[in-house]
Amino acid sequence: MRYILRRFGFYVLAAWVALTMNFFLPRLMPGDPATALFARFKGRLSPEAMQGLREAFGFTHEPLLKQYITYLGHVLKGDLGISVAYFPSPVMKVIGTGFVWTLFLAGSAVVLSFAIGTLLGVAAAWWRRGWVDTWLPSALVFVGAFPYFWLAMVALYVFGFTLGWFPLGHAYSDDITPSWSFGFAIDVLRHAVLPVGTVILVTLGGWLLSMRNSMIAVLGSDYVNLARAKGLPPARVALRYAARNALLPSVTGFGMALGFVLGGSLLTEIVFSYPGQGYLLVQAVRNQDYALMQGIFLVITLAVLGANLCVDIFYLWLDPRTRESRS
Amino acid sequence: MCIDYITDRGPVRAIDHVSLDLERGEFLGVAGESGSGKSTLAQGIMRILPPPAVITGGEAIFEGRDILTLDEEELRKLRWSRMSMVFQSAMDALNPVITIGEQITDTMHAHGDMSARAARDRAAELLEMVGIPGDRLDAYAHQLSGGMRQRVGIAIALALEPTLLILDEPTTALDVIVEREILEEIRGLQRKLGFAVIFITHDLARMLQFSDRVAVFYAGRMAEIGPAEELRTSPRHPYTQGLLRAFPSVHGSTVEMFSIPGTPPSLRNPPAGCRFHPRCPVAVELCSKVSPELKQIGPGHSAACHLAK
Ligand SMILES: Nc1ncnc2c1ncn2[C@@H]1O[C@H](COP(=O)(O)OP(=O)(O)O)[C@@H](O)[C@H]1O
Ligand SMILES: [Mg+2]
Repeated sequence: MRYILRRFGFYVLAAWVALTMNFFLPRLMPGDPATALFARFKGRLSPEAMQGLREAFGFTHEPLLKQYITYLGHVLKGDLGISVAYFPSPVMKVIGTGFVWTLFLAGSAVVLSFAIGTLLGVAAAWWRRGWVDTWLPSALVFVGAFPYFWLAMVALYVFGFTLGWFPLGHAYSDDITPSWSFGFAIDVLRHAVLPVGTVILVTLGGWLLSMRNSMIAVLGSDYVNLARAKGLPPARVALRYAARNALLPSVTGFGMALGFVLGGSLLTEIVFSYPGQGYLLVQAVRNQDYALMQGIFLVITLAVLGANLCVDIFYLWLDPRTRESRS
Repeated sequence: MCIDYITDRGPVRAIDHVSLDLERGEFLGVAGESGSGKSTLAQGIMRILPPPAVITGGEAIFEGRDILTLDEEELRKLRWSRMSMVFQSAMDALNPVITIGEQITDTMHAHGDMSARAARDRAAELLEMVGIPGDRLDAYAHQLSGGMRQRVGIAIALALEPTLLILDEPTTALDVIVEREILEEIRGLQRKLGFAVIFITHDLARMLQFSDRVAVFYAGRMAEIGPAEELRTSPRHPYTQGLLRAFPSVHGSTVEMFSIPGTPPSLRNPPAGCRFHPRCPVAVELCSKVSPELKQIGPGHSAACHLAK
């Protein structure tokens, strides 16, 4: 328990560092967002309105420390300022839906890829030199060697355009209103198949190989040999005695991968016109929408930290040695 | 029995025509330098040799049946319920993320129907038997000392009351006092439960104190086998004699250290004739040409040496 609290403390600290960087970085850059916005509206705003905007963004002439404290207060209240690109919606609201879509897209891609890749890795190591072990790793490495962008385009062209099996883009059909219904869920899943599938395709090989290699090492260990000799059923030897131990290194990579995919879902979202935050980020950069950029950066950071905390807890459950030595 | 390791550079014969027999309830010591094939033999008898090892010939008759001809399922039933093994390294033979209790009880569940409650009680009983408090069932390996882990290994091996227990250097990682305790423990349990023991070690002197009979291995072959008392007082093979002199004599007033000069040969390319002749202090010309057969030189006492009479 103390270990969890300590990890939690660490993540709070990391979150604070991220918040602080988020505050200072834009202030080190030339120009300020309000001026950018002002330019965009080409004099249609009065100086008073400009001042109001500056305050909304936190760019006031107060001392830096006071600005910083105001900023922290706003962030804690969930107030990340006003978006320029989607003026006058608050950043929080703009990010809201996009973030949920990205989380859904990246989250399901990473979790599925991890689960499938790990299981295939177990199979490859267990049936060493069987067909899974012989063909799959090299095939996946081959596929993974293509640029993702190109692969995604090909998938879209073949399965979306030529065969028409899957929709060409967006998170759900235009003629359907989002609701908690079965029809909507099916529609969302159909839209997710290509983007999620292509991400899985390029990341699967890594999980497979990492699990396969650590599983092969574990299978050669004395405790697996003893488990076999004891006459345990093969499934129990493979899963409970070997796979569980072999999983440990992969789990460590899982937290990192989640952050990576969350940040890197940009390409996927562009190819499949998916309304996630990657798409938002492009809008933000185009419009010099610093507030939105900051907000996206912040939300990604927090999501990665949260995911890593979950992984820590999972690891703790998997490996009793961590419970001992660190508490 | 013959066992080869199939390597990239051709087969390596790790066990070369070795023949052993064991009485019910007997304590047989197997001694030899590291690399002489002791572990290979032990795992061969259990048929748990990992590749690239291949049993290339011979037979292993256990209670009237040849283990080498059994199929996987028959083997799975026989293994552990009739013969079991304690592995060389206690550190590595226990799964670090599974409680020791579960590692004992799953053995029982794999070999017969047993309620979870009964299995747990039996596991606690087994732990007590090897000198660990029964309430440590939920401990993990890393929470136990090296000696305790090795005792858990013994408890797992005894879970199904086998008639043959093979111990492969179970005490090499432990200090001398713990080693002695565990050896006495095994001796005591053996008297109580009546199983036969094959005890493997590189410490011949220690073996001679504890065993009924002792077999001495050299480079994949048996050099000498005989009753412990006879081997101690009148070893016939120069290698056995050398090994005994390599350890401080227990009885003599002066402590004499003498190790055999040279190193064991590579099994990939063993010397012709007697494999020990390059290191042998009394070798004659015949030794480098003709490989000596194991021949009887006394009641139950055999040696593979041209000069032994
Ligand atoms: N995996 C392997 N591949 C090739 N040769 C091996 C392998 N394992 C063992 N050997 C050979 O078998 C011999 C006996 O090994 P082992 O049975 O472990 O000896 P011991 O237990 O007496 O120390 C070694 O000297 C080595 O040459
Ligand atoms: Mg050994």
